[in-house]
Amino acid sequence: MTRFTVSVKIVPRHGLLDPQGKAVTDALHTLGFASVRDVHVGRLLVIELEAADTAAAQAKVREMCERLLANPVTEDFVIAEIAKA
Amino acid sequence: MKVGVVTFPGSNCDEDALLAIREHVHLEAVPLWHKDHDLQGVDVVILPGGFSYGDYLRAGAIARFAPIMQEIAAHAKRGGPVIGICNGFQIACEAGLLPGGLLRNDHLQFRSMPVTLRVESTATVFTREASAGALLTMPIAHGDGRYSADAATLDRLEGEGQVVFRYVDATGHPTSAANPNGSLRNIAGVSNASGTVVGLMPHPERALDPLLGSTDGLVLFRSLLALTKA
Repeated sequence: MTRFTVSVKIVPRHGLLDPQGKAVTDALHTLGFASVRDVHVGRLLVIELEAADTAAAQAKVREMCERLLANPVTEDFVIAEIAKA
Repeated sequence: MKVGVVTFPGSNCDEDALLAIREHVHLEAVPLWHKDHDLQGVDVVILPGGFSYGDYLRAGAIARFAPIMQEIAAHAKRGGPVIGICNGFQIACEAGLLPGGLLRNDHLQFRSMPVTLRVESTATVFTREASAGALLTMPIAHGDGRYSADAATLDRLEGEGQVVFRYVDATGHPTSAANPNGSLRNIAGVSNASGTVVGLMPHPERALDPLLGSTDGLVLFRSLLALTKA
């Protein structure tokens, strides 16, 4: 078994109102960052786990996302990075 | 008939719910502990308000995996009545007992205030004593109450009569001004297909005593009395 560090990004489902993202967009505009078109606020989870290989680590984290970490009704998730710890 | 009220770590409306059952409809109320696997023979389950597990990850996301939730899911599957109030509604959605989900209020603020609800369905165990179209006043107190589901799900809920309560103004119209959190289609409460599981963000258990400004929550609990006659 090898120890892996897996990063998961969870963001609001595209098309659903993201009031936190809108508030940050407005604040950035106020600060003069006029080029900002949109901001989405989500969560980053960094998970350390033991797995046989990269594929097994990815499969396990995907299952975690589907069962607990992301809400399938309102959120999307992306496994952003898998590294050997 | 026995009514169980679940206490999760962070529940804060469990005592009010127990009091509602004991003092206002004079049924036996049984406290249930989140770590237990035993429903103690209750006929009805209340998932109360609060901030179970600190609302970590998402409101209700961790509570749905509490040991007692397995028993409650089985109870609901058998047709047993379950009502989720506020955080309990969030838990019921996370557990898949009810469709949709509850997101951060569109204005990002916590809202604690009385709201007016219109009864949209009397075909549930918890609203059968109510009149369709009746306006009820009860308080809300939440930061994550924006009911959301995809358009197809919302259309199905409307078509099947599973929208139970809507936020409306004093004249009964579901205006955006009357919507305290940005819920899609002003939805304040929904039911499962058979009307045995109901969830709502407002607090009927805080609207039972004239001292608190409204007794309109009583009809939800009184609707349970029909079960004792059946």
